[in-house]
Amino acid sequence: MGDFASFAEFLQMGKHGLYVWLSYGLALLIFIYNIGAVTLLKRAFFSKAKRQLRREENAL
Amino acid sequence: MSFKLPQWFYQLASPRWFYNFTGKLLPWFSVAAFILLITGSIWGLVYAPADYQQGNSFRIIYVHVPASILAQSCYMLMALAGAIGLIWKIKMAHIVAQSCATFGASIAVVSLATGAIWGKPTWGAWWVWDARLTSMLVLLFLYMGVIALRGAFENTQSADKAAAVLSLVGLVNIPIIKYSVEWWNTLHQPATFTVTEKPAMPPEMWIPLLIMVLGFYCFFSVILMQRARLEVLQREMKTSWVQVLIKSL
Repeated sequence: MGDFASFAEFLQMGKHGLYVWLSYGLALLIFIYNIGAVTLLKRAFFSKAKRQLRREENAL
Repeated sequence: MSFKLPQWFYQLASPRWFYNFTGKLLPWFSVAAFILLITGSIWGLVYAPADYQQGNSFRIIYVHVPASILAQSCYMLMALAGAIGLIWKIKMAHIVAQSCATFGASIAVVSLATGAIWGKPTWGAWWVWDARLTSMLVLLFLYMGVIALRGAFENTQSADKAAAVLSLVGLVNIPIIKYSVEWWNTLHQPATFTVTEKPAMPPEMWIPLLIMVLGFYCFFSVILMQRARLEVLQREMKTSWVQVLIKSL
């Protein structure tokens, strides 16, 4: 498998498994955070804006 | 001096046009980001050869370098957009600047943290008060300062102006980061990619890195567009096109 003899060796990354997977894991986490944050903000905005518009229409 | 920028550049200054235009771009950038990041990660983790000195810890380069480049580009974009907003009083420019800040801070964290994780097996220390590392930490603080300063204003226009001024002042840090490895004695290695020279590593190492850099840029574009679009809607709530759009959902 690529540069590694086996999948176990791939997971081990020589003696650097912890460092490599920690780095990639952290990057993935921050990517997910960025997607999640904007998605939640968008959802919150739309539900609030819809309610507000409905209220304004009813007031007329 | 008379030069004409392309028409789409002027059109981008209109929030409504920006919203529709980025709506068309978003799916393409999302797909590109996904493909590039998956390809680059697998290539870098599985197929790129291990470094003869650093072994497999070298693979951290495929997240560390793109994150570091992007943290600086994002800052420069934030300052540039802020300057455009200040000089030509373009609302859309301030919206873009605002949308850069959170992402920039988060990617600066990735750069610093992966650097620390890489430093441990390579230098034997998580952190050293070295010029490159310190100036990157200052970059993170600048992002946090811009976010905090913006939060301190009730009025959006004052917040825009203050954030733009702080971003511009902080711009002085960017050349310091770039040249820190040349001006001071440092543990940090010099730049991997330069415009004028060939990379010092073989293609099977730097091609996946280039793919990752492009992937990070595409991902940033996606987040930036999404945040800016949301901010457009929030700021233009009073206009009829936004109200029609919200009702249609």
